[in-house]
Amino acid sequence: MNPLLEVTGISKRFGPTIALENVSLSAHAGRVLALIGENGAGKSTLLKTLSGAHRADAGTMSLEGRPYRPTSPIDARDSGVAIVYQELTLAPDLSIEDNVMLGRTGTGVGTLFRSNQRASVTEALHRVGLHHVSPKARTGDQSVATQQLIEVARALISDAKIILFDEPTSSLPAADVDRLFQIIDNLRSRGLAVIYISHFLEEVRRVADDYAVLRDGNSVGSGELASISDDQIISLMVGRDVDDLFPSVPHEIGEVRLEVEDLGAAPMPKDVSLALRRGEIFGVAGLVGAGRTELLRCLFALEPTYAGHVRLDGRRLPHNVRGRRKAGFGLLSEDRKNEGLAQNLSIVENLAMGNHDRYTTAGWINLNARLRDARAWIKKVEIKAQDPGQAVSELSGGNQQKVAIARLLAQDAEIYLLDEPTKGIDVGTKAEIYRMMGELAADGKTVIFVSSYLPELLAVCDRVGVMTRGRLAETRDADQWDEEELMVAALAAVEER
Amino acid sequence: MTENQTRPNKFHWLTSFRHGPTLALLAIIALFALLDWQFGSGRFFSPRNARVIVNSAALIAVPALGMTMIIIAGGIDLSAGTALTLSGTALAIAFRDYTIPVDQAGAATWIAAALALGLGVGILCGLINGLIISLTEMVPFIVTLGTMTIFLGLGQVIADESTVYPESGHLPDWLRYLCYTGSNSDHYWLGFLHIPSSALIAIVLGLLVAAVMHFTVFGRNVVAIGSNASTARLCGIRVGWTTALVYALAGIFVAVGALLYFANVKNGNPSDGTGKELEIIAAVVLGGGSLSGGRGSVLGTIIGALIIKTISSGCTMLSIPNTYTHIIIGVIIIIAVLIDGLRNGAPKWLFDRLR
Repeated sequence: MNPLLEVTGISKRFGPTIALENVSLSAHAGRVLALIGENGAGKSTLLKTLSGAHRADAGTMSLEGRPYRPTSPIDARDSGVAIVYQELTLAPDLSIEDNVMLGRTGTGVGTLFRSNQRASVTEALHRVGLHHVSPKARTGDQSVATQQLIEVARALISDAKIILFDEPTSSLPAADVDRLFQIIDNLRSRGLAVIYISHFLEEVRRVADDYAVLRDGNSVGSGELASISDDQIISLMVGRDVDDLFPSVPHEIGEVRLEVEDLGAAPMPKDVSLALRRGEIFGVAGLVGAGRTELLRCLFALEPTYAGHVRLDGRRLPHNVRGRRKAGFGLLSEDRKNEGLAQNLSIVENLAMGNHDRYTTAGWINLNARLRDARAWIKKVEIKAQDPGQAVSELSGGNQQKVAIARLLAQDAEIYLLDEPTKGIDVGTKAEIYRMMGELAADGKTVIFVSSYLPELLAVCDRVGVMTRGRLAETRDADQWDEEELMVAALAAVEER
Repeated sequence: MTENQTRPNKFHWLTSFRHGPTLALLAIIALFALLDWQFGSGRFFSPRNARVIVNSAALIAVPALGMTMIIIAGGIDLSAGTALTLSGTALAIAFRDYTIPVDQAGAATWIAAALALGLGVGILCGLINGLIISLTEMVPFIVTLGTMTIFLGLGQVIADESTVYPESGHLPDWLRYLCYTGSNSDHYWLGFLHIPSSALIAIVLGLLVAAVMHFTVFGRNVVAIGSNASTARLCGIRVGWTTALVYALAGIFVAVGALLYFANVKNGNPSDGTGKELEIIAAVVLGGGSLSGGRGSVLGTIIGALIIKTISSGCTMLSIPNTYTHIIIGVIIIIAVLIDGLRNGAPKWLFDRLR
């Protein structure tokens, strides 16, 4: 069978940077192609080339046997190629209906023909399983999962022949991931071609038929998923063998350091009590919205609490961020883009933020010392950057995360509050972050590790607790849990109510 | 975004040049010198006119230094103009109502008190802005839009809705000649240089602010807050406190600007300040300040003030009516910011096609 979309020898440069070189792939109708690769491998550039946002310097593309050269995303969509982006692109203040129809041609006098339009919008929403939402509802009021499905509906309404998903599950809770996969299955059985970008190999296994691996802008392998093992895929991705996805560093657990008593805030967390020891990695599992992020933010005093207190080494801590930082708390924000890093500032500035007193005498900063220190950190945590003065926004997700982590390390924190530290970053960097966590524990630090990815929690942590509806429901040693039990515990209390 | 987003652009050779505003200033001077030589009086490119331009630019540049800090911190101060004339009016009233001749005993105390009053009013205005913004977390635009008219009204109340004229004999010599642009060497601080004292003040203050912004923790914290206040908060920076301090500091520059303005016109008209804030903001923006925060340059702001005043002086010399001067300055601001955008690869549609 001829492929629906065929890409041959695509190259793309940005100035001196080669983003894609001689990349080829083919997507077939009725099949799901997984596009796999580390951050910076060129996946997003390829995606943008396919969707008309970038134009290739060399190479050809054909859609249904005809040459395909999109000049803009709208042109691509009119040709039948639609994209669901990793980050939501919906306008939160518009209605669902208006978002689905956004940018569609022939809606210039939209208000007059609402009734026609509504029928097709409703149909598209039904096809993605959104039977219960009103097309008139405000989009911003919907959950992230629903919004993602609205994006899919927007792709469907444009009569797409091929739909590209750019890491669609990175912001979804587990239950909604299943729903998304059902919809992708549905699209496949209706004869559409799907290209699915993800870091999660087990997801790729669940949803895709074929794979194509990119590394450093080159195609390094493709074929049917059934004929390749996870380890083989990973070694294709990173260009070396990854013997151990979860490198473990032996660490010794010591005396109790951090005590949390009946911590409560509105609306979450509720009555959380904890005792964490020196050298311990404590995992927090739970559904999105279970109050895990809120717990970390309350521990860091970023949010007000109404009850309970926090003790470090028996000393009660005042409730303010500066006090917590001084006591040795460090928070890695879940939201790297909007909170974790000042994106348009340089690596140096981001590393030094809040750590300036290290290079300061009488209020004046020693810029040379600051730069030297930044260079040392870049080397130590292996940040791939051209220059310490480079803006953080120009780095890949994994390297950005390393900058954020290096800032915590530079702060020399004692208690590390890590909120989804491996979200949206590649396998190789993930392994490095696990090793860093192990080394911190070995160094006598205490780590709280919030994650939605159960395998990493079970592999890396000493103990894992599950949060549901703002409460810390159950805590066991990590080897006493398995993934299913964690999931059941996370869902259990929800069903009780 | 997961990919490396390095976007070098084809204009790199041109736009990476960090002295864009300086180049623009030189180009504008050259243009007006040429036009004036051909069609005008030929007085544009003269030392005397240079002093006039530099003096009037200093009047904008000094309050614009404070505005630069505010804009880098991601804020805006629409009340700068009326705060300036409120402070200037207070100063004028103090000098009108004191009756000891300059050379008599006790005069120095009076003068110091008057200056302290003017300065105090300016700082108070800034502090009020800063406290409202950091305590209520309201948008700076709205808060200072409110205080803008409040300061205007206050000025009119204390001046009894008329211009305050202090007697010239009440003013000490140094104050009278602060904005002197004539040819008598004795009236300049640096007699051999013939640079208006107002410009010297602007330069010294400019160096001070630049140093504070670059080399102090406070300065870097201001940049951090302007770039991303959430990140700053996460890093333990006292966002509210720092913001309030920035506005209060800006108040000092407004007050010094008021002193210069008073020395220039030698009266206090509380209604003079309306619209001045836009000229101040324009100087910052022309100098490379970004209204979305995190970006701005002290040197750029001073150059920006010079650009504005060079244009108005040039237009005067060419007998271009005031109304057209406004249009020309407006066009220059838009073009300048557009060129600045090219450095960052904006507008996107253009660069996407060039690539």
